[in-house]
Amino acid sequence: MQLSVWTYEGPPHVGAMRIAASMTGVHYVLHAPQGDTYSDLLFTMIERNDRRPPVTYTTFQARDLGGDTAELFKRSAVSAFERFRPDVMLVGASCTAELIQDDPGGLASSLGLPIPVVPLELPSYQRKENWGAAETFYRLVRSLCQGTVPAVIAAKSAVSQQPDRRRSCNILGPASLGFRHRDDVLEITRLLGDLGVTINVIAPLGATPADICRLGEADFNVVLYPEIAGVAAKWLERTFHQPATKTVPIGVGATRDFIVEVAALAGIDPSAVLAKPSSRLPWYSRSVDSTYLTGKRVFIYGDATHAVAAARIARDELGFKVVGLGTYAREFAREIRDAAKLYGVEPLITEDYLEVERQIVELEPDLVLGTQMERHIAKRMGVACAVISAPVHVQDFPARYSPQMGFEGANVIFDTFVHPLMMGLEQHLLQMFKEDFEFHPGAAPSHLGPSHHASQAPAAQPKPEPDTEPAVAKASSAAAASAEPSLAASGILPAAQLTGAPIALVWSAAAEQELKKIPFFVRSKARRNAERFAGEHGLNLVTIETLYDAKAHYSR
Amino acid sequence: MSPYNQDEMLADNDTSGGNTSGIQSSFGAVESSRPAAPRGALDLPVLRERGQREVFCGLTSIVWLHRKIQDAFFLVVGSRTCAHLIQSAAGVMIFAEPRFATAIIEEKDLAGLADLDVELDRVVGQLLERRPDIRLLFLVGSCPSEVVKLDLTRAAARLSDTCKPGVRVLNYSGSGIETTFTQGEDACLVSLVPGMPATAESDPPSLIVVGALPDIVEDQFKRLFEDLGIGPVRFFPGRRASQMPPVGARTYVLLAQPYLGDTLRALEARKAVHLRAPFPFGAAGTTAWLAAAARVFGVDAARFSQVTDRGAERARRAIAPHRETLQGKSIFFFPDSQIEIPLARFVYEELEMQLTEIGSPYLNRQVLEDELRRLPPDVVLSEGQDVERQLDRCKALRPDLTVCGLGLANPLEAKGLLTKWSIELLFSPVHGYDQAGDVAELFARPIRRRDALKV
Ligand code: SF4
Repeated sequence: MQLSVWTYEGPPHVGAMRIAASMTGVHYVLHAPQGDTYSDLLFTMIERNDRRPPVTYTTFQARDLGGDTAELFKRSAVSAFERFRPDVMLVGASCTAELIQDDPGGLASSLGLPIPVVPLELPSYQRKENWGAAETFYRLVRSLCQGTVPAVIAAKSAVSQQPDRRRSCNILGPASLGFRHRDDVLEITRLLGDLGVTINVIAPLGATPADICRLGEADFNVVLYPEIAGVAAKWLERTFHQPATKTVPIGVGATRDFIVEVAALAGIDPSAVLAKPSSRLPWYSRSVDSTYLTGKRVFIYGDATHAVAAARIARDELGFKVVGLGTYAREFAREIRDAAKLYGVEPLITEDYLEVERQIVELEPDLVLGTQMERHIAKRMGVACAVISAPVHVQDFPARYSPQMGFEGANVIFDTFVHPLMMGLEQHLLQMFKEDFEFHPGAAPSHLGPSHHASQAPAAQPKPEPDTEPAVAKASSAAAASAEPSLAASGILPAAQLTGAPIALVWSAAAEQELKKIPFFVRSKARRNAERFAGEHGLNLVTIETLYDAKAHYSR
Repeated sequence: MSPYNQDEMLADNDTSGGNTSGIQSSFGAVESSRPAAPRGALDLPVLRERGQREVFCGLTSIVWLHRKIQDAFFLVVGSRTCAHLIQSAAGVMIFAEPRFATAIIEEKDLAGLADLDVELDRVVGQLLERRPDIRLLFLVGSCPSEVVKLDLTRAAARLSDTCKPGVRVLNYSGSGIETTFTQGEDACLVSLVPGMPATAESDPPSLIVVGALPDIVEDQFKRLFEDLGIGPVRFFPGRRASQMPPVGARTYVLLAQPYLGDTLRALEARKAVHLRAPFPFGAAGTTAWLAAAARVFGVDAARFSQVTDRGAERARRAIAPHRETLQGKSIFFFPDSQIEIPLARFVYEELEMQLTEIGSPYLNRQVLEDELRRLPPDVVLSEGQDVERQLDRCKALRPDLTVCGLGLANPLEAKGLLTKWSIELLFSPVHGYDQAGDVAELFARPIRRRDALKV
């Protein structure tokens, strides 16, 4: 049993729905109780689809359990067939139906429907949404392509003799509820067109069952999202000898690597495409205003594909420092571990939101690149953040064109990663002026003349405070004692974590004054460092000296 | 051509009707402004269909319950689906660590490799350590926990004994095989009834308003009851675990929501007396609801109208501009929360809309009698659902406004039908005089918006 506050992935049958909803001519009959129909709203509200996902739920109730839920499943399948007339039917069970063991696959095949029926076995108590999507796509591809194998292979070996023929590929993986898949497909289609590669089929997004039957005809596969298309691509490789791309073209470097990889698979020369002016990212990153980005500490978490790509961009293309890298996708733990080694960080493989939160709090990054959930964590901490990965939110379906992949994707990413930091800087300036003697909240507008100042403004220059007298005596522990909104008060740290024996630690009035001069977004860090430093050195008074000793000690 | 086949309409005459109480006529403002046939829709046949239902399960009500009882925590014992459902329904509410979570059952629990009880105790221990502020813990059953027959009643009793002192552990089921959407609140409240203190013999008569209401609405009602001289008045559930009202023989119960039938029965079993009334939506509904209490507490008519006239008048004023938008417009309700019938009565009486089909996941006649009586005899009442056929009917009727769940709204909009998400009617304050205008606005907004858009 696992305690879960928020989840990054839905159950595997939601993954199956994403495949069905990506395509036309596919209908999914799901043995499930009524409450499971909630997942329709993911498609109609988050993705703003204008049709319901093609799913029929049997919605069995407690009173059916003693009776015949199997009969109910059969009735639902028949009426779904009659109403929707799909070309292919997927059948399966949700978590509850899995427990009552009605065998939807067997029941559906007993109906003798005049269309292919693909049974899905998605173990709900072991697996999750992405796995369910990958498995569904694989099952669908396998059952629709199996019959085409001999004919397709024969036809292909006939044409392979022709010299100078244009090579073709499939684009695999884009799906409903994917993070920017809609726009990535356009961007990659354009790029492949520039390279002179023909696109055979894009699947599952926008494909029909007939398209799936033609997958074998391509020379190779472009796998954009291994989370969804990895398993199917491996089967296609084994069956039709179609090699698959390994590079996911997110970021300038990865896009260039991708072009080289595709060119090799297609037997063409990439130099013309590589020589063309591409993304603005490299120049923007060299532009002097970006100096400010140097060494910004960034924490990255998401699905493996987007997280690994973000780390490479962060370090190599924006000059950030990667301080944390993680994923919720256990199936891709190896990819994250390998990448983490590159950046010299501990990989974080967890689906526990609280664990992710703990790490972020601990690492004190300048920028969090994560999912919508990390966005909320960062927001509460007042740290800059950007969303790089599913699970998706309505905001991840912007009206404008905003791919992640290809050169345009790199432009989008530059803006996405850099703007929040700029906003942070702006806020800092505002804050600085707010604390300025002329602009503090009590100051009257200057055009009202000096008499107003005289009556309202407090002494602009506080007289220097002695550095040896305690300002405020307070019990302090490393994280809690703070004039800034404390992490505990904002709900970020569990109260239990804060109840360690308090160290009697006192700040001198002058040190307090000095602290106020430090930009607010590093102020709480400075306070913590000073206190930690004092604690480690057995000091119980923080002076200006301590503050700067700590600064030197922890400088990075 | 009517999309309704007469053969499918099952007559649903129950024999309990006929005892119209005299009270209503003693307070003038209570009468419907659109008098219907004397028994209204009471004797109408009900369309009952069996097909795919498109409603949430009872777990969903945790989304508002956890906001109401401020020191309670809701631990769903279920699957990843259950966790995903609540998260999806809660939508953007990921602002802080919420007071709900899911204990996700895993393969090793099912395979018998792990003892479910031991696992549950471990998870609860982990939770209580993290959240020492919790005073009341609900173990909420789900479809999976019920199908594997995990005994949460026993678990709750065990954990109540072993947990830290001061933490009460209760359980109820929000499973989709037994409950729809708002019935989760009903089940939750039922679990709280045995823990309510008993009133003493010597206590004066008291009133309990049953159903989670936003604090602001509670306070408004509190002031009205005070001005009427009715009291003591208490609200159930209370805002804290320790604030559940006492109940006994001279306790009167006013339901604030129609989906609380089981809670009502549990309170009746503790000798409380149900005050039958329409629900406090709109000016007339609120007045009639208050009147039901006024009668048993012996409030005289003059005082009653002195207290309620201002609120009712203010409500009517707030409603008026929206009535101009909505008057004569047709409206269709998909089943969702069980508040469809009272809302339909409100939009019919006070916004003068034209009712088509009113669907409800469950039609509780005991509680809805006074509502049904006020509906016109030509509406279609449906209970349960076959969503595909209901969509066919809706598309054939092309109502001016369709009230439906989030899964159906955009697809209907894409077909040119205006919709109002029903979930908003549960998440926003809608009861009482001072919210009447807001409810009317919720219905009017889609139409105003359509008129405003030039794209
Ligand atoms: S319907 Fe059942 S399985 Fe589905 S979310 Fe509700 S309780 Fe969980």
